[in-house]
Parts: sequence; structure tokens; C-alpha cells
Amino acid sequence: MIAFVLRRLGSAVPTLFIVVTISFFLMRFAPGGPFNLERPLPPATMENLMRTYQLDQPLWRQYITYLSNAVTGDFGPSYIYKDNTVAELIGKGLPYSIELGFYALLLALVGGVTMGTIAALRQNSVLDFSIMSLATVGTTIPNFVVGPVLTLIFAIMLSLLPAGGWGDGSLSFLILPMIALALPQLAVFARLTRGSMIEALHADHIRTARAYGLPARVVVVTHAMRGAMLPVVSYLAPCAAALMTGSAVVETIFTIPGVGRYFVLGALNRDYTLVMGTVVLIAIFVIVFNLVVDILYGLLDPRVRHD
Amino acid sequence: MTDNKQTILAVRDLKVDFTTPDGTVNAVKGIDLDIRTGETLAVVGESGSGKSQTMMAIMGLLAKNGGVRGSATYRGQELVGLAPDQLNKVRGAKVTMIFQEPMTSLDPLYKIGRQIAEPILYHRGGSRAEARARVLELLELVGIPEPERRIDSYPHELSGGQRQRVMIAMALANEPDILIADEPTTALDVTIQAQILALLRSLQRRFGMAIVLITHDLGIVRHFAERVVVMRRGELVEQGATQEIFERPQSDYTKMLLAAEPHGRKAPPPETAPVILEGRNVVVDFQIGGGLFSGGKRYFRGVDGVTLRLHEGQTIGVVGESGSGKSTLGRALLRLIHSEGIYRFGSTDISRLDRKQMRPLRKEMQLVFQDPYGSLSPRQTVGEVITEGLMVHEPGLSRADRDRRAMAALEEVGLDPAARNRYPHEFSGGQRQRIAIARAIILKPRVVILDEPTSALDRSVQGQVIDLLRTLQQSHKLSYIFISHDLSVVRAISDYLVVMKDGKIVEQGDTQDIFDAPQDAYTKALIGAAFSI
Repeated sequence: MIAFVLRRLGSAVPTLFIVVTISFFLMRFAPGGPFNLERPLPPATMENLMRTYQLDQPLWRQYITYLSNAVTGDFGPSYIYKDNTVAELIGKGLPYSIELGFYALLLALVGGVTMGTIAALRQNSVLDFSIMSLATVGTTIPNFVVGPVLTLIFAIMLSLLPAGGWGDGSLSFLILPMIALALPQLAVFARLTRGSMIEALHADHIRTARAYGLPARVVVVTHAMRGAMLPVVSYLAPCAAALMTGSAVVETIFTIPGVGRYFVLGALNRDYTLVMGTVVLIAIFVIVFNLVVDILYGLLDPRVRHD
Repeated sequence: MTDNKQTILAVRDLKVDFTTPDGTVNAVKGIDLDIRTGETLAVVGESGSGKSQTMMAIMGLLAKNGGVRGSATYRGQELVGLAPDQLNKVRGAKVTMIFQEPMTSLDPLYKIGRQIAEPILYHRGGSRAEARARVLELLELVGIPEPERRIDSYPHELSGGQRQRVMIAMALANEPDILIADEPTTALDVTIQAQILALLRSLQRRFGMAIVLITHDLGIVRHFAERVVVMRRGELVEQGATQEIFERPQSDYTKMLLAAEPHGRKAPPPETAPVILEGRNVVVDFQIGGGLFSGGKRYFRGVDGVTLRLHEGQTIGVVGESGSGKSTLGRALLRLIHSEGIYRFGSTDISRLDRKQMRPLRKEMQLVFQDPYGSLSPRQTVGEVITEGLMVHEPGLSRADRDRRAMAALEEVGLDPAARNRYPHEFSGGQRQRIAIARAIILKPRVVILDEPTSALDRSVQGQVIDLLRTLQQSHKLSYIFISHDLSVVRAISDYLVVMKDGKIVEQGDTQDIFDAPQDAYTKALIGAAFSI
């Protein structure tokens, strides 16, 4: 098990390297630069800026410099938030994004799995159809619509919850953004669970369990659920990574100081270092959660156990 | 049959219907059946006869779209329509069941010890430790070696035969009155089949439960059952003592079933017949484990130095149990997998040909698979399926020409040429296998490798497919390699026999000679098991 984890962490190094390399060059090949503003800067200022940020160096040298700095945890200064380094920006915003993302993940997982299981057990009933239609609605309505509508109803009309901001970080500030963030994922979990649960309920070993007089609750929870959770667990990794690295839309609508908006802002402004920092962050999250999921998967399914 | 035996399960006018999008299917159309203490009753029928659904209905295990009417009383208690919690007191305790698919009937995610213990705990209560002790006792009883170690195994760590033993242990756990065995040995190798049946028989002698054996295999019935019930299309055709049924069958259907054992023999080709396909010192290694970061590669030798010569017009039967390397050998001979050795097709050395160089020869060498459900693309029409090869090998043909060839091929395998516009799922297993054969012969090959082509089919359908293969062999001068674990089929169709075990040939020679006087101990065991159970 420990050997497996170490091996996987070892293989993460080349993965990260490839991700960094590809995004570094892709970013640079895109037209424009961080200081190409609407009103062009005087050539002297431009030259100065380029020198300060070492953008006048040949590309390969910039790449080497970036890599060797990144290895030490130095992701360089941000070009648009000029007083901050990328590491500081991410360090400040990430806890908010992780907390919000974690609650959203919990809501999506618990809600989605419960709804999916109920739908599967009542397959083709009215309840099943209503849950699945709801899930479709959840996936199709974009969160820049869900967010404002939630605010309108619960914050403005009913005055039950704050309309935005982090406040003191209490739950009341988290509820609305959490729902907006979780809804599409909840729909995916519900769909996945329903599908795999229906399949699991038709498995031969479920027939065996029923033939041996085990109570319905045991058949469903012990024997069907565990197998049905396997595809759900697989989806957990990309979902957790996406939710916890922040959503530009939801964080902007609810004015949450997370890291979600950095990726979009950085990309739009050709803030090379900020985009690179965000890419590395997302890559690390994906790698870590994939590892967590693989370990979970092994715990659930003895056939793929890593020993 | 003694009259003092008491009826413990009485089935009266039992009907099972399934609601499908195409209307209601009457799977069981009102049957009467008695099961008496300690007897062995065989329920015989081909697929679709309703033999399994009858038992499923009694056990309350029908699929959701299935409905049951009529009556099934266990010691006076009506089981049809019984509330689930009441039914759960009977099933798994008084009436237990083992299934055909030992590979999937156990939950892959739990240790076998826990799975056997579950019904004990639910029906008898007691502590986990007591249940565990009982499980060890049961594993010992069903002949699982090293029960203390095996109790903590997962199903995937056991062989098919062992899993079926685990199922039997589960079935015995609460000392049932009735054990329903639904095709318990169909998925197992013949030597394992014999062991499982012997085990069931000895356990029955010890514990005195009644066994209901659902099967399509009359060979098993003759040696195992006291009474036989023959079912067809949801109706009870005939019932009586085993000996009566076998010696004096009353209905035409029973007579047909009894006569459906593969018959006929094949004469060897003339001595002068040239060799058409040859493989010398065939070796196939499979890599197991080993990846980018996991270090050492390990190999498993699937085929270990086999030499085989197929003469024109010959049928070589390759028999062996699962894992013997017989299918792998077939694929190696067709150069479909990486393998070592020297291969010749006619006078051409094909040992070193790459995929592209092999392509023109592919037309001459065709393969028919076991699974007529999985080997036909469900999204292509039958016409598209069988003419796909023509597009590659005879690209000059016009659409009309291809269509004509498809019609001719379908006609030749005994199907309506109109079938080409329909999809594979609309056909029965036997018809699908005919489609797969049409796909092979449409290219006018010289060699066809048949990999268990009849194993998934009912006996009566098997006979038809074998007759078809024989006719085609003559009209197209085909040479066959017939891979099978079914010795009676191989005896009927092949003139040369190769017996494989662990990747090696243990015995080969004239089919009839080997069946009459097998030399090797393994061959003897195989033939013994196949014809004595």
C-alpha cells in the first residue's frame, strides 16, 4: 500500500512536468502579452517592464527559469496584481475555495447518491421520473442563472440568507454559493448512481442474496450499494478537484475571495505566471484526488486492491 | 419411487407471465408438480421452456416485469403472494438454491466466509463467532481445501468449481428441506462437473434433503435423478421415473430430446491430402503484471510447444478444459496473437508475415466464435455483418453483387435471405451462430477455426449446427479445427483428436481410436467424466 502511494506520487512528477511545459508554451503562443493594454504604453516603459519581468529573454531561457523557480515553490510575481506573488494570491484565496468546494462536494455526493438510489429502487415510477427530470434541470441551467435566482429568492425576497460575501465564514454565508456550486454535480451523481444501482440490482449475486432470505435493506445497502458506488467514486476525483479549486462564476456572483476567478482573469490578461500557478494548482488537486480515489476504490473492491 | 414419501412442495396450476413492450409473454402456462422428501427430481427442458422461471417464481425471484399466479405450497404454507418478510423465513432456510453462474452468483466485494455466514445469522441468529465456526465446518464438508485460509478469500480468488462448492455450502448452511440446483454444472469443466454432482449426491445421502435439478443435459439426469419432469414452452410435457422416461418416452418432444445427442462420425481425409495449415512448436506467452512503474514483467505460458498439421478436408477436434490453451492455439494458428513457432499456410511460410502481409490470406482462414450474442455487432444489420469481409477482400464487388452473395450465404446456412435486413438481436442463439458461419463462408475460405461454436446452444440446436457444418465442409471442401470442451460433439464431427492440458498436447490421434482406447490418464479422466455422469 505504501509502496503503491509512493509509486503514484513518483509518477506525478513527470505528469506535472508535462502539464507545466504544455501550458507554458501554449500560453506564450497565444497572441498578446500582459502589458498590451488598450492604450499602448510608451516604448521605453514597455521595455522597462519587459526587462523587469525578464520577458525580453529568449523563450527557452524563460522556461528554464520558470521551471527552476517553480521547483522551489516560487511561481513568480503576478502581472496584474502587481503587489502580490502568485503563491501569495493562491495562498490567500485557496482556503475559501476549498471550504466552499468541500461543502458543495458533500452536498452533491450525499444528495446525488440518495436521489439516485431512490430513483433506481423505484425505477420507471413517477418518483424516478421526477428525480431524473430534476437532475436534467440541474445540469442544463447554468450556475450564473441559478446563483442570481437563489439570491433573489432567499436573500432579497425572503431575506433569509446573506446575498454574498464570506462574512464571518458561518454557514449562512455558505449555503447559497454551495447550492449553486453543487447543483450540476449533484445531478451528475444522481444520474451515475441511478444507472449503476439499477445495474447492481440486476446482478446475479443480488438474486443470490434474495434467494437466501436476506432482508431487503441488507440486499440493497450491503450488496447492491457497495458495488454501485464504484463508478460514483471514480467520478469523485475530477469533481472534487473542480469544486475545490474554485468556480469563477459562483465566486464572482457571491463575492467570495477564492481562487476561482484567478484563472479566468489571468488568462484574459495574459498574466502568464498567475495562469501557470492556477494550472499547477489544479493539476496537483487532480493528481491527489485521483490517488485518494484509487485507494478508496481498492478499499471498496478487493479485485483491484493494491498490495 | 416409494409411496411413503411425503410431498413437501406442491405446485398447482402455476403460471408465470412477463410484461414486455411487445406484449405479455407466458413463460409458464400452468404446471403441476410435486416435490417429495429426499427425492431427486430433474426438471428438463431447453432454453425458453420455463424450467428456471418456475423455480424463480416459487422462490419469489422473478424479474420486476414478471407475475405469478397459481399455487405453490411448502408444507401447507402458500408461497405465491406471500409477504416478503414471511417468504424470507422460508427461502435460504428451508428451500435454498444454487445457480448456474458460479462466477457471478457470489458478491465479488465480500469474503466468502461472510457471505456463507449471512444466511446463518439471519435465519438462526447466534454470534458471528458461532457462525464462523459453522462456516468452517461447511467449507470442510463441501471439500474446500484449507478452510481456515479459504474462509477469508474473495470469490475472485477461487476457481469456478470452488465457487460452486461455496454456493453449495451456503445452500446447506441451514439444513434445508429442498435444494434447487439451477444448471449447477453447466458452466464448469467436465471433470469438475463430475465432482460437483458427486458432492451433491453424497450430501443428499447424509442430510436427506430433496434436490430439484434444473438442467438441459440429459446425461446428468440419467445418472442423477430419480424422477424426471420434461418441460417445453412453459408446459409440462411428460413426467415419470427416470428409467421409464429414458426407456419408454411417451411424447415426441422427449423422444426428440433423447435423440438429440450428437450422432454420426467423420471419416478421415485420404492419406494423400496435402497439409493446408501447419504450426510447429507453437509457443504463446502472456504477460502478467509489469507496467511502467511496477518493475519486473512475468509471463504465463498459454501454449507450450504444440505442433499441429491440418490436412485438406480434415477436421481436427481440439479438446481440453478451460485454461488448457486450446482457444489460444487457434488464435496463434491464425496469426491473430503474438506467438513463436513456424507457421505455414499451404506452401507459404507465414511465420514472419506482418499484419498487412497477412491480410490477403485472411480470406482463406476464418474464425467462428463461441458466443453468438457477443460476436455479432448489435448495431449492424445481418447483411452488413456478413458482407463486411467482402468489402475488405473483394473491394471490386458492387453493392448488388455483395447483396447477392449475402443472400446466397444466408440460404446456404439455412436462413431466410430476407434476414439480411434485420438486426442480430432479433434472432435466436442457433440462428445467430448460423449468421456467424455465413460471415465466415461468404469469403470462400479454405480453413475455418471453430471456437466452441455449439457450446452456447441447446442440444437439439447443436445437432442442427453440426449437420450444417458437415454439409458446408463437403460442398466447400473446408478444413476445420474444432475447439470444444464438449466431447460428444467433438466425437461426432472430427476425424482427428488433440487433447490439451496446461498448454501441451497430452494425446492425439484418430478420434475413434482415442475414444475407444484412451492412453493418457488425463484423457481417460476426461472421457470418463463426460460419459459417466
